[in-house]
Amino acid sequence: MVSEKEKRLPLAAQILAVHAGKERVVPGEFIAARVDLILANDITAPIAIREFQKIGVSRVFDPQKIVMVPDHFTPNKDIASAEQVKLMREFCREQGITYFEVGQMGIEHVLLPEQGLVLPGDVVIGADSHTCTYGALGAFATGMGSTDIAAAMATGDIWMKVPPTIKLIYNGKPGKWIGGKDLILHTIGDIGVDGALYAAMEFNGEAVDALSLDSRFTMANMAVEAGAKAGIFRVDNKTQLYIKSRAKRSYKVYEPDADARYSHIIEYDVTDLEPQVALPHSPANVKPVSQVGEITIDQVVIGSCTNGRLEDLQVAAQILKGRTVNPGVRCIIIPGSQEVYLDALRLELIEVFVRSGAAVSTPTCGPCLGGHMGILAAGERCVATTNRNFVGRMGSPESEVYLVSPAVAAASAISGRIVSPDAIAG
Amino acid sequence: MLKGRVHKYGANVDTDAIIPARYLNVSDPVELARYCMRGIDPDFVENVQPGDIIMATTNFGCGSSREHAPLAIKASGISCVIAKTFARIFFRNAINIGLPLLECEKAVDNTEHGDILEVDLASGTIMNLTRQQKFTAKPYPEFMAELIAAEGLIEYTKQRLATRRI
Repeated sequence: MVSEKEKRLPLAAQILAVHAGKERVVPGEFIAARVDLILANDITAPIAIREFQKIGVSRVFDPQKIVMVPDHFTPNKDIASAEQVKLMREFCREQGITYFEVGQMGIEHVLLPEQGLVLPGDVVIGADSHTCTYGALGAFATGMGSTDIAAAMATGDIWMKVPPTIKLIYNGKPGKWIGGKDLILHTIGDIGVDGALYAAMEFNGEAVDALSLDSRFTMANMAVEAGAKAGIFRVDNKTQLYIKSRAKRSYKVYEPDADARYSHIIEYDVTDLEPQVALPHSPANVKPVSQVGEITIDQVVIGSCTNGRLEDLQVAAQILKGRTVNPGVRCIIIPGSQEVYLDALRLELIEVFVRSGAAVSTPTCGPCLGGHMGILAAGERCVATTNRNFVGRMGSPESEVYLVSPAVAAASAISGRIVSPDAIAG
Repeated sequence: MLKGRVHKYGANVDTDAIIPARYLNVSDPVELARYCMRGIDPDFVENVQPGDIIMATTNFGCGSSREHAPLAIKASGISCVIAKTFARIFFRNAINIGLPLLECEKAVDNTEHGDILEVDLASGTIMNLTRQQKFTAKPYPEFMAELIAAEGLIEYTKQRLATRRI
């Protein structure tokens, strides 16, 4: 029996130990972890289904613990995409798996927390790299590939190497327009795209305690952009409030041990942090907005699993209200889910967007991955609240994507070049 | 024993470079292979020969979880990928589908684009035939070796379920 004192486990390891049926786990150890929820989407599910069918079991281990969401190329952009979604829909029907049809669907990482499908203390695996988003709720959530998901659908567990944990502490009180996006871009700019390779990032400190859940989702979402296996927050009153009306099953809140072992600890003072911009072609190529120079733009995208939540749209509306999108700019705003869309309607944010000259779309990942709904031509530049700005990510290999917060995106849509929200809305 | 010519790349080759998302509306590996490395090396598909080897520096395969990336690489005829480090989801995906990966910093530092390598997966030996230099890759942990021996996760899972039933 290992005493509580001797465990010294960070939050991620606490959850993994319990799910592996062990007293404790050490970084580097291979475990079979029981999973609470498995996720796949219209790009990754078809391969997962094909591989599942090779295993030789007729039923999934538990249809209640699997969710499939068509969100990347939906509403179906072409015949091939429609065929993929059809295959996924039919598999879900046959197996009794939860499936969100167009009209109910949202971007998976916006939708699942809203639906109360992911809860604190869960182990969640998804065939999508941004599955790490759910760490905002104190869950251990990590992205994998289709074959991993196929095996887990058959067995209910998955092999994992226990990651070391990096503790990140954010001190200070950030300025008016600073949100989770700026904190995480600043962090990735500092540690690099492999700065947390194979590790869990545990977000701590007064500045993140002060953040809304929406902003925490943004931060956990981009942990993978630093190479991390997971990004995780401790559960507090805000988390409890968020899940109170949503949870339909019991859950358990875990805490890191007071003397937990971290591979390293990184501290930031975010008091004077400026809005951050990740320049092409890396999420780690980050500069404060005042240092990006004169960059004219052709398109703005506000949305995605990173920044498609209500707070993001509220910030954008605050800046766009009573103003007009620059005639040289196409501004595309995509609420992350039907719930976000409806809330934005009720709060009259949609009217603000349409009046400002922005196009508003039904939920979809769409342009973020160069799928549809806003593809870039050669030589075009886009300012986006999304998560990746790799070469060709949003269209032509000769286009450019600049990653920013919703505040910088909205301000830039008005001015036609990348600017601080202060320059527009003071 | 694997033998092939090296296609060498730098750091942080992302999965959008390996297979851009616009080609992900299909999942057939042969179809995907037609666009392999399109984002970083448009001539790759023309140049690649069966058995060839992809080599890169750090964090190869970063970005999305798309298994289409290792599937495209494997179906294009590549016999193995050698890098200093791999992004974690890509690493899992490749092992799971039976695309061999080797981590070897020295081999990467001492090999140029176009060199001919001979690789023994069992021992992790990498022989650069062009430069007559020999390197040894980082050995796999025991569990990973089992997965590889089973030729991927699906076969491993089948074996596991069969044992469970007994």
